[in-house]
Amino acid sequence: MEYVTPKSASEASQALSQEGAFALAGGTDLLVKLKTRFVSPSVVVDIKHIPNIMTIKQSAEGWWIGAATPCAEIVEHDSLSKNWPGVVEALSLIGSTQIQGRATLGGNLCNASPAADSIPALIAAGATCVISGQTKEREEPVEKIVTAPGMTTLGKGEFIIGFKLPIPKNRSGDAYLRLIPRSEMDIAVVGAGVSLSLSEDGKIEAIRVALGAIAPTQVLLSGLEDIFIGKEPNDDAIQKLVSLAEKACKPINDKRGTIEYRTKIAGVLAKRAFGIALKRANNY
Amino acid sequence: MSKTQVATCINGDTHEFLCDTHQTLLDVLRHELDLTGSKEGCATGDCGACSVMLDDRLVCACLVLGVEVDGKEIETIEGMSSGSGLHAIQQKFIDLAALQCGICTPGVLVATKALLTKNKNPSEEEVRFWLAGNLCRCTGYDKIVRAVLEVAADMRNA
Ligand SMILES: Cc1cc2nc3c(=O)[nH]c(=O)nc-3n(C[C@H](O)[C@H](O)[C@H](O)COP(=O)(O)OP(=O)(O)OC[C@H]3O[C@@H](n4cnc5c(N)ncnc54)[C@H](O)[C@@H]3O)c2cc1C
Ligand code: FES
Ligand code: FES
Repeated sequence: MEYVTPKSASEASQALSQEGAFALAGGTDLLVKLKTRFVSPSVVVDIKHIPNIMTIKQSAEGWWIGAATPCAEIVEHDSLSKNWPGVVEALSLIGSTQIQGRATLGGNLCNASPAADSIPALIAAGATCVISGQTKEREEPVEKIVTAPGMTTLGKGEFIIGFKLPIPKNRSGDAYLRLIPRSEMDIAVVGAGVSLSLSEDGKIEAIRVALGAIAPTQVLLSGLEDIFIGKEPNDDAIQKLVSLAEKACKPINDKRGTIEYRTKIAGVLAKRAFGIALKRANNY
Repeated sequence: MSKTQVATCINGDTHEFLCDTHQTLLDVLRHELDLTGSKEGCATGDCGACSVMLDDRLVCACLVLGVEVDGKEIETIEGMSSGSGLHAIQQKFIDLAALQCGICTPGVLVATKALLTKNKNPSEEEVRFWLAGNLCRCTGYDKIVRAVLEVAADMRNA
């Protein structure tokens, strides 16, 4: 196994286009897979030496979160946490303090686990990712990346260099909730991310809800516009959200939860995360 | 296969070693550098027995490649006591019997020091969450948590 530390995005793409090449960010998934011989890379491409891949920046256009920034560093970023509390709480749930010191958003997304905690929150927030490739750079919404467990739309030599989030408008809020059997260090039975914004008179202007661990990939709920947009949220609308969330579920049965349980919890978490996001929007 | 030359600073001292690309930082510490204080409980990031500081961040040494630490600063349990005696955290763990077999202890101590550097006055809940990635099969955690809270208070009053 070769190990390389490219200093530029184009060098990294070149290295990653070799047969059997794997990107290395925090290594909290990759090293476990190396040890269990689930993967045996010919070359490991440490992407952490590329400019901007470990930085958090705010500009007039919005936020940039480098794809290889450790979660611990993102969690410590006060103004990002104020703008996107749901995204930050989602990624703060990944693993333990030790895992937080290394785990990254790029790794969480590209590992493509159905239960990955940051993905539903990023999708709900409308985050995009900037993808570096051998010939060009492209930008895609986060929901366009994962296609199946462990599978992504990234092509040969492509990797994620960073994530973009808008600066939220006034009266916006987001939230992420997950259910796990323990209070720490476990894999989501269900995860639910909600992001919404309100008009001056308290009507919903925009809403996105994404669920995790309830299907092979994260699911961005459709059909919310008719229920919510231009209206003040009420119990009837929230009940419809619960039904939509339940309908979106195509989960597995496993030791953490049955299909029936996961489906029920998806509705419950969507409703509760909605409540938190709404409260945050009213106070933002 | 040829090995990679790595230069790093561990507990303030410069170390140079040759490393296979598949070796983890934990392998290097224990097998190449004879720093066997960091333990291997699981090798998959779950137990925290291998906790070390890497450029001032708490990490699992079993999930870092040895070749990654070139030019970095590492602190291990071996760097905790000074020449003259144990660190206050270590002494408190002994005084309160917050260890039994001791396998988890180096990791718990390194993690505790990292917590108290960031947060001088953690609540019990904060201590429990911070240490959630440090598994202990002996103590039932209660004595560990009490030792951390007590030593935090001592250090504030020192
Ligand atoms: C003990 C433990 C607990 C965990 N708990 C959780 C949890 O609660 N929730 C959760 O969601 N996950 C959890 N995880 C999984 C893991 O920590 C996360 O998925 C983490 O975000 C992965 O990031 P990383 O940087 O470590 O990825 P790496 O291991 O570096 O990479 C993961 C995969 O993505 C690829 N990759 C990495 N970065 C990029 C990039 N920028 N572009 C393209 N491909 C890339 C790699 O080639 C690899 O295939 C846990 C893991 C452990 C060991
Ligand atoms: S040995 Fe590293 S976490 Fe268990
Ligand atoms: S003292 Fe034995 S594992 Fe903690």
